[in-house]
Amino acid sequence: MASKPLDGEQALRLLATMWRIRLFEEEAGALKRADEVYGLVHLSVGQEAVAAGVCSQLRDDDAVYSGHRAHGHAIAKGAALARVLAELMGRDGGLCRGLGGSMHLVDVEHGFMGATGVVGGNIPVALGSALAARLRGDDSVAVVFFGDGAVQAGHFNETVNLATLWRLPLLFVCENNGFAEFTPRSAHTNVERVSDVVAPYELERTTVDGNDVGAVRDAFGRFLAAARAGEGPFLLECLTHRLRGHYEGDPGAYREALSAADRQEQDPILRFQRHGVAAGFFTADEAAAIEVEAAQEVAEAVRFARESPFPPASLVLEMVYADA
Amino acid sequence: MAHELPYIAAIDEAIRLEMERDDTVLYFGQNMATTENEPYVDAFGKDRVRVTPISETAEIGMAIGAALSGFRPVVELYMAEFMLVAMDQVLNEAPRFRSMSGGQVKVPLVLKAGYGFAAGWAGQHTGTISALFMGVPGLKVVVPSTAADAKGLMATAIRDDNPVVYLHHYLLTLEHGEVPDGEYLVPFGEAAIRREGGDVTIVATGWTVDRALGAAERLAEEGIQAEVIDPRTLAPLDTHTILESVAKTGRLVLVDQATRHASASTVIAGEVAEHGFSSLKAPIVQVTSLDATVPYSEPLEAFVLPNEDKIVAAAQQVLGAAPVSA
Repeated sequence: MASKPLDGEQALRLLATMWRIRLFEEEAGALKRADEVYGLVHLSVGQEAVAAGVCSQLRDDDAVYSGHRAHGHAIAKGAALARVLAELMGRDGGLCRGLGGSMHLVDVEHGFMGATGVVGGNIPVALGSALAARLRGDDSVAVVFFGDGAVQAGHFNETVNLATLWRLPLLFVCENNGFAEFTPRSAHTNVERVSDVVAPYELERTTVDGNDVGAVRDAFGRFLAAARAGEGPFLLECLTHRLRGHYEGDPGAYREALSAADRQEQDPILRFQRHGVAAGFFTADEAAAIEVEAAQEVAEAVRFARESPFPPASLVLEMVYADA
Repeated sequence: MAHELPYIAAIDEAIRLEMERDDTVLYFGQNMATTENEPYVDAFGKDRVRVTPISETAEIGMAIGAALSGFRPVVELYMAEFMLVAMDQVLNEAPRFRSMSGGQVKVPLVLKAGYGFAAGWAGQHTGTISALFMGVPGLKVVVPSTAADAKGLMATAIRDDNPVVYLHHYLLTLEHGEVPDGEYLVPFGEAAIRREGGDVTIVATGWTVDRALGAAERLAEEGIQAEVIDPRTLAPLDTHTILESVAKTGRLVLVDQATRHASASTVIAGEVAEHGFSSLKAPIVQVTSLDATVPYSEPLEAFVLPNEDKIVAAAQQVLGAAPVSA
């Protein structure tokens, strides 16, 4: 059983999610440059298709984990733009009341269980959510997003080993953008494809064009249906391209900028708009309206975040320990 | 009613009782469910009792994820040093999730590990690294010294809604003690006064508590009455009981099996220096391990560790009776 074939309504939802992420990220970058966003931010511009293609098929009781480039995953999983932006600005109205920031977003209500600032640090944590799903005996799953840079770390391999040994409902989603922070993959490993790294574990896996939201959605949908039915784990490798730097402000001297033509070709949103119009899922006017709506939502998020107060200092010590 | 048990069996009793009481308690680790722990599998099944590969990062990370999802895992790590290969999980994931999420989640788990095995296990299995954990906000750190506390503190650790590093001392493994029957909980953050006295306060943890009590016996023969305090948990730390005792005695000896610059005793010394300075009649003396990797050779191992002689000498020094040798 795979996901239902794409229809117009779902296509518009995917497009809306990608535009919401894109315009949010561009605004977050602008606010960072204006010193309104306080700390370090890593933007996912260019990688929206992975977040949208995967999370559009998940439920709130599915646990999703992500890494330092997490805004898009949180948004696609249901986090309100206003609360994500308020978090980036360190405000009380933020998802984590300003205590986590960009690299530590959590939105339990929507099953976004957490980002980590340590590359791959929560891959084994996702394993625990998958174990919990198995022990509860329901059909929920755990999903962990990570970059190709995490694959060379031991925790990835430890987690793949246990997830396959115990056949847990864990879906590994690798965003392979070819760069581990500032270093090309070829400088870190001889293994070009992440899906090849896990071959000895007999982990069912596939590699897709991560800039093609339809391809991501279809491949993930097949794995998701199988995982809900008690099979698993699975690994989906999405080849993608980060259109901005590793962090906002990265001079980017380690790689060539895309040509305008390549950017047109690789940009997942522009691609999906061309495809969606050609396939009759939506009209160019409908797509333009979606973009305008997303821009309005981002503007509203900026208003909300700016108006939200900074959290009270007393919060810091209150949050260290849970009440016994 | 109470019964006599070895320290290690008292820990087991607490885990078994908590697993019977609460279906969400899980127990996993290396070598579990193979030989010595098979009774756990018989009682609770292979879903809740799991053998893991030698993958500390995955074991502890998995415990965090299960804890975030409503379970209460106990991870059997055997040796405290084995946590060092999973430092990110122990220090940077488990204790930070609650704060970083603005209180949206809790992470109830227990990392159970032995420490301080000064019996020829040499440099990598003998350390007392408890203070490494006590300095991390969000973690709780438990260091029982008696069989009864071993049981009561484990039960409390499992019921606590935070990550707890439960450190049992390997040299106490087979020490017997009276253990209360049935449900028994020892609260965190409440030091035990093991012996009362008005002349000098000795604070000790784990295996050094008995060394301190032995020293106190010898001091009593000289007419010196030592008060021996066992904090039982390092985080939270009951500085109140220590300060009250120092207010009474005016003299403080701190005993810790850890190396001096990574010991709980230096933290306690700082608290007393700041909050109890006016009570002190003499400088604080610390009896810690020497700042060295624990050597293998038996006489050298003994040389670096605290012992009764060093504690007696330290007490005599703070009382102005004799110079300290170590």
